[in-house]
Parts: sequence; C-alpha cells; structure tokens
Amino acid sequence: MKHIRTSFVLAGIGILALSGCKTDPSFDPKKGEIAFNIPQGWPKPVYNFEGNPLSEAGFRLGKKLFFDPRLSRDNSISCGSCHQQFSAFAHFDHDFSHGVENRLGTRNSPPIFNLNWHGGFFWDGGVNHIELQPVNPIQNPVEMDEKVENVVSKLRADDEYRTMFRNTFGDDSITSQRMLKAIAQFMGLLVSSNSRYDKYVRGEEGGSMNEAELRGLSVYRSKCASCHTEPLFSDFSYRNNGRKPSALNDSGRARITLVAEDMYKFKVPSLRNLKYTAPYMHDGALKSLEAVLDHYASGIHQSPTLDPLLINGIQLTAQERSDLLQFLNTLNDEQFINDIRFRETQ
Amino acid sequence: MTNETGKVSFTFENMAGSAPLVLSGPSDASKDKWYIIESGDSLKITQYKYYATNFVLHSDSGNYKQPESYYLIDESIPQSKQFTIDEVPKRKYTKISFLIGVDEERNTSGAQTGALDVNHGMFWDWNTGYIMARLEGVSPQSPVPSQTVSLHIAGFQGENSVLRLVTLDLPQPLDLTDGGLKNIHIKADVLEWFKTPNEIKISEIFVVASVGQDAVKIANNYSDMFKIDHID
Repeated sequence: MKHIRTSFVLAGIGILALSGCKTDPSFDPKKGEIAFNIPQGWPKPVYNFEGNPLSEAGFRLGKKLFFDPRLSRDNSISCGSCHQQFSAFAHFDHDFSHGVENRLGTRNSPPIFNLNWHGGFFWDGGVNHIELQPVNPIQNPVEMDEKVENVVSKLRADDEYRTMFRNTFGDDSITSQRMLKAIAQFMGLLVSSNSRYDKYVRGEEGGSMNEAELRGLSVYRSKCASCHTEPLFSDFSYRNNGRKPSALNDSGRARITLVAEDMYKFKVPSLRNLKYTAPYMHDGALKSLEAVLDHYASGIHQSPTLDPLLINGIQLTAQERSDLLQFLNTLNDEQFINDIRFRETQ
Repeated sequence: MTNETGKVSFTFENMAGSAPLVLSGPSDASKDKWYIIESGDSLKITQYKYYATNFVLHSDSGNYKQPESYYLIDESIPQSKQFTIDEVPKRKYTKISFLIGVDEERNTSGAQTGALDVNHGMFWDWNTGYIMARLEGVSPQSPVPSQTVSLHIAGFQGENSVLRLVTLDLPQPLDLTDGGLKNIHIKADVLEWFKTPNEIKISEIFVVASVGQDAVKIANNYSDMFKIDHID
C-alpha cells in the first residue's frame, strides 16, 4: 500500500515536470492523465487505444520498454537504437540498421510518428495492428533476435517493472499482451502535428509561409499529393515507385500478399520530418532530397508493377524544384523532435 | 454457477489411425515412432498442436456459445487436451461445433493473451496471423538434407482462409437437466492431414510457411479428422 502511494506521488510530480510551460494538446495535466487528441482537420485514426486505456503510468511504462535494450537477446539493442528522437524516430544516417552482433537489416528504418493512422506496419504492411508491431523487430534475427517469451521473463524478474505494470494495469502480472499494449501507448502518442505547415493550415501564430513555400505547396499539390496525401502526407497505399531492385531483390508487399501485382510495392512514406530522416526510400539508397527528386525526374526503373503515375517520372522546372524543396522544409516539426516527453532520459 | 447451469468437459485424444499418437523426441532415436501416411511415405512427428475455438453446444431449445472460447491443443502438454466449459444452460444438447483455428476478429484486433498469447509458437510476427495448426516432423521422403517436415497451416482471409468449422452430432443427447458433469471424448486422427480429399506426398509438400493452396489442401484434409468417441 505504501509502495503504491509513493509511486502515485512520483507520477504526480512527473505530470508537473513534463507539462512545463507550453500546453500540449495530447497531454492534459488537469485531468491527471495522458490524452490523445486528433489534430484539427485530421481524419479519424485507425487506432484510438480501444481496449488499451491511456494512462500516464502506461505511457511511462511503454517509454521505458521502448528504450530498454533488454528487449534484445544480448541486451544490446533497444527500439530507440534504430528509432532516434532527433531523427523523428528513424535511424539517422543509416541506410540499413544493425541489430545484435552487428547483423545488418535489409530495409531502411522508418520514422515513428502518427502511427495511429497507419493500417499496416513495416514497409510491406505485413503487420496489421500497432500492438503487434514490436513482436517483429524483437524476434527478427537481424534486429533484436530475442523471443517475446524471454523478454517477459526478464521483465518479471525486475522489481521496477513489476511496480510499473501494477501502476498501469492494477496488478503486477506481466504478460506479452500488457507489454505490447504499453509500448503501443508510447508509440501511439508520438504525434507530429506542429510543423510550420500545420500552423499555417490552422491559422496559428508561427504559421507564416513565404511566397516560394506557397508556390512549393502548389507544386506539391499538383505533383506529389496523389500518393503523399494531406494531412498525413501519405495515403498509406503500397506502390512501386520505380526504385531499381538491388541484389537483395526485395519483393516488398508481394512477400505478404503473394500476388504478382504487388511485386516491388512498398508503403508510401510520409513527407513529414524529411529534414531529420535521411537517407530515403525503403532501400535507404538516396542520401538527399535532391537525389530523391533526381530519381523521380530521371531514375525511374520501368517494370510491370511500376505505379502508372510514374511512367514518365515527375518532371519539374528548376524553379518548381527549388520551391518544392522549400515547401517540404515547412513540414519539419521541431517541436516533435525536441518534445521532452519523448526523450530517452527520464 | 447457479442451479440453471451445468458443466461440460472436453477431452481431446490425438490418434494416428486407431492408436494414440506418439510424439518422437529430438534425441533418443530408439523411441522414435514411425508412421506410414496414405501416400506410403514415412513420417515421425515431433511436435503437434492446433487451435480449437468458438465452442457451441446445440440443442432444440437454443444454442450455447462459450464466450472467450480459445484452446490450444498441444500434444506435448497433457493438461491442454482437457478443459471444462462452465455455466452451460441445462438443456438437452444434440450437437457440438467448434472452429479449427483462430477467428478473423482475433487475428486483427491487436495483442491477445492466454491461449492467444504470441508466445506459443503459433503466431507469425512478420505477416500477422495465427498458425491454426502446426505439425513438425521428419521424413526420409523430405528432399532437404535435414529431412524436415514443417507444416504451419495459417490464413484467415478470403480464399486463403484455413478456418474450418467442425460440427459433430452427439451419439446420444447430452442431457444437462439431470445434473452432474458430462465429459465429451473426442478423437482426432493426425493421419487425416495427409489423406482425403488431397493425398499429400512429402516430397511435394514438406514445408508450409505461408498462406495459400498447400495450407488450404491440408486444412481441407484435417477438417474431418475429429470424431466423438464417447460421452461419460
């Protein structure tokens, strides 16, 4: 009983410390709980924590798990190793990430934000639910190479985790389901919706765009928006964008659906936070946005499943290209990558 | 429990033909039990488990569907093969039904627990879905050097669905109105996996690790492997 009281008080202090001076829509200290709010003008999310009631304790537990290397076989790699906050939770400057024993992955580590709007996870959409997403990297031999069962055993042996599970779920039973739900609380609250573009759209202070950026917005809307749809800047479909398959010959979505029409298709990534998430594409082969635009202008690899919209590439004048790059720069959410709530140190 | 309800327990016995299935161990070859399947191929079985879910008891005066009805029958775990359904309304039941596999809803609604925990070696982490039935073994007819046979039967959607509804008539009505625990004994013949309507040659199907035709063929085979042996 004494134990519970102590941790409750600590949690209370945490709310004050974390809320700071700025108000944040997804974190309401008055209610004493974490809140998930749909940003103005955004569609209904796929996941809204059904059966996984949000709480400060759950969020903190999920965050601790996210940054805990004990999720890997040799206790060396955490989720945060390849999903760094300053990189919008992608892996900065890595085409592929290295797992335990420096084993190399085969696809670029995607950023983590606005996951509650995703219907499928990973580049191929193989996982159908945010709560089940972590099982894949935990058990993938080239990532964490651990069994969920072993992770659960490690957590059960740890007093601090038992306390945190009790604070979250009411008793200290530790199961894979509870662990996964807690991680989903942390990941689901990683909402990036405060870029300059967002403030512009909402008519908020700090939301000014200059003429070049506004011209870039028009270029984006006429040349990019059919796949990178506002406001998430992805339609979350699977498309072949003309990357020439490497020696890995990654079949993409077809690996999941086993149908030929899905060969070399990958989930359309968001255009948000590109400043922080280089390199680009599922193959991580393009180091700069200039290189990305070069790819769309003249690098399209023709193949039977190439997206019809890309058969002639995307041709931009020098002016359009410059404007577009300036517009894309307004999609970077500095508030998100500096948000103290998501920072590794507690 | 009130006086209005009774209990029904189920006992699953895995068979190979007319004899109880014997699993072969990974090490002691002298204890291996070899089976001849329909095609004439030899097979020893080292691991065997499947989901039986969504149990329904049928009567003329109404059906009883067990809520949260998920069981993983694992041949290596005796306790997994016997379970009791409580709070069954006292009626005269004439049929039972259950699903082989985990329904679509639980394949698409996030992290589960109990029999559906991802820890049972019955869950695909890279392509979400439960393995509905799993058989591991060894056969000299397997074309790989390890002679592996590894059949992971999965798929919950569309033409790839391996979900199969089993409906079994009870040999005599199960009358809960007279009180007392009733026990339904079910026998399941593993050799049916390889028999009808699709005779399986191990040289052709020795590994199933994705959804698709091979999984569906085997599911169609094992969908009729269950028989009610007796009720006591």
